[in-house]
Amino acid sequence: MTEMTASVTAARPPSDITKRSLPASLIIHALLIAASLLMVYPLLWMVSASVRPETEIFSSTSLIPSSIDFSSYARGWVGLDVSFGRFFWNSLVISLLVVAGNVIACSLTAFAFARLRFAGRNFWFAIMLGTLMIPYHVTLIPQYVLFLNLGWVNTILPLVVPKFLASDAFFIFLMVQFFRGIPRELDEAAMMDGCSAWRIYWKIMLPLSLPVLATAAIFSFIWTWDDFFGPLIYLNDMNTYTIQLGLRTFVDSTSASDWGGLFAMSTLTLVPVFFFFLFFQRLLIEGIATTGMKR
Amino acid sequence: MSNAMRTPAGAINVERYQGAVAEGRFRRLWNANAPGYLFLLPWLIGFFGLTLGPALISLYLSFTDFDMLQSPRWVGMANYVRIATADPKFSAAMHVTLTYVVFSVPFKLTFALLVAMALNRGLRGLTFYRAIFYLPSLLGGSVAIAVLWRQLFASDGLVNAALSQVGIEGPSWISHPNYSIYTLVALSVWQFGSPMIIFLAGLRQIPQDMYEAASLDGASKFRQFYKITLPLLTPVIFFNAVVQTIDAFKAFTPAFIISGGTGGPINSTLFYTLYLYQEAFGNFRMGYASALAWILVLIIAVFTAFSFLTSRYWVHYDD
Repeated sequence: MTEMTASVTAARPPSDITKRSLPASLIIHALLIAASLLMVYPLLWMVSASVRPETEIFSSTSLIPSSIDFSSYARGWVGLDVSFGRFFWNSLVISLLVVAGNVIACSLTAFAFARLRFAGRNFWFAIMLGTLMIPYHVTLIPQYVLFLNLGWVNTILPLVVPKFLASDAFFIFLMVQFFRGIPRELDEAAMMDGCSAWRIYWKIMLPLSLPVLATAAIFSFIWTWDDFFGPLIYLNDMNTYTIQLGLRTFVDSTSASDWGGLFAMSTLTLVPVFFFFLFFQRLLIEGIATTGMKR
Repeated sequence: MSNAMRTPAGAINVERYQGAVAEGRFRRLWNANAPGYLFLLPWLIGFFGLTLGPALISLYLSFTDFDMLQSPRWVGMANYVRIATADPKFSAAMHVTLTYVVFSVPFKLTFALLVAMALNRGLRGLTFYRAIFYLPSLLGGSVAIAVLWRQLFASDGLVNAALSQVGIEGPSWISHPNYSIYTLVALSVWQFGSPMIIFLAGLRQIPQDMYEAASLDGASKFRQFYKITLPLLTPVIFFNAVVQTIDAFKAFTPAFIISGGTGGPINSTLFYTLYLYQEAFGNFRMGYASALAWILVLIIAVFTAFSFLTSRYWVHYDD
């Protein structure tokens, strides 16, 4: 762990805080605050539009509504034949299963690559890294045909089962990096005492790896929650829709008529991601900084 | 040493001996390697069943006509020939995607670097700013943001409302073929947060005393940036550029939502992946779509190889 994050968390010398002149620092702060406002303005506007009276949505660029009215939420929630509650539930089930799949399967794979010796390890590791570079478009169509023939289309299986087969090589790589930082003496000593590989994985490795497991879990959740392409292809029955598909259907069905409801439901789909962000900001940012995850 | 070795050579004994050795070797091999392969089992199944197998099949399908109803019909290079010579939508998609890559990546990286440098000064409130700038990157891939963006740049949307306050009458950005792609570029640039965080991490690696020495020697801030920051940051710049470019080639959701899945107006937001999706799941031309997928892989591979080859002329690693 320390090896990976040292560069990020290393404190800078306090000297350069004190060295700068006050005016320069004020200018920088003013610029940064202005830029921050610009960045979050669209988001705040959307939240504010969701509680505005319908007639007022497009009349002002201001963020503060003249009166607060939550009726858009009630209207949007039941705006389709299937309620948003169903979409939320579907998204939640898929996301949690993906989290479980990624954490279990990727940690098993990463443990083998990082800590076990076996013939062909380097070969398979190179192959695994190679799969990181293959865009999913290449496997998309045969996978679709496969899942269609298995009768899995319109179920959550095509979105979930591959994760239990460690299909997210990125998380394997992340965990390998982490596992390698854990002192070798630990499992060597355990091995001497006759500990099986499974016990070492379960009793030593996993408990010491909670930070990286949490990072992988949180990113898995957010990316799955936000995923649009997978559900678009595999889920065609509205009862199986995820929140993203539900929202897109809502856009199509209301087009310009119910903007309040649309912004209300849009806001709701962002809420879980926003809370994850609020609580796990440090983990997310360290994850990005140390590994260069995209998004 | 076993007894078998010491007994005089007799057919039965030798066989027994060899059998014992073979069994021992097998057991040793098994004991040494089984745990590793057992742990790898889920991944191995996934690799053969979901990656290697499908990739090979997709390569095969790219030489066929396949509509999912009848079995694939071999057509040789026909799909590729048509892509190269007789498909205006392919060239439109290529043009849109390249425009997107060429405009979004440099702007995004420039913003990311500028903001990272502003933040890398031991400012108070660093965590707060960093969080605010990163937030759009995290939310950006979702449908809700694409919906919001569609409203922002609609003819009666927020951007034009703001412009009208300073007396400018803005066009209908989303539905004008000349502008629509740039609203998507803007959306991508707005999400500069994750390259910014990687830049921040990179900036922290630069030893502070280099700047102190440079300013003692009278080097201006600009010169320090040009002579110290930029060269030492080239590995990070390179990394960010490659990752963001590959990502931009694969963009899908915003274009799909903003154009309602059509890639319009007049194919002006027909991203490559959107075209691929239309061919595969709209027109059920699975063979043709497979060929499109392989062309995309080829383009990304050529781009990546080119980046790595040229990188040795401008990327500095200190080793």
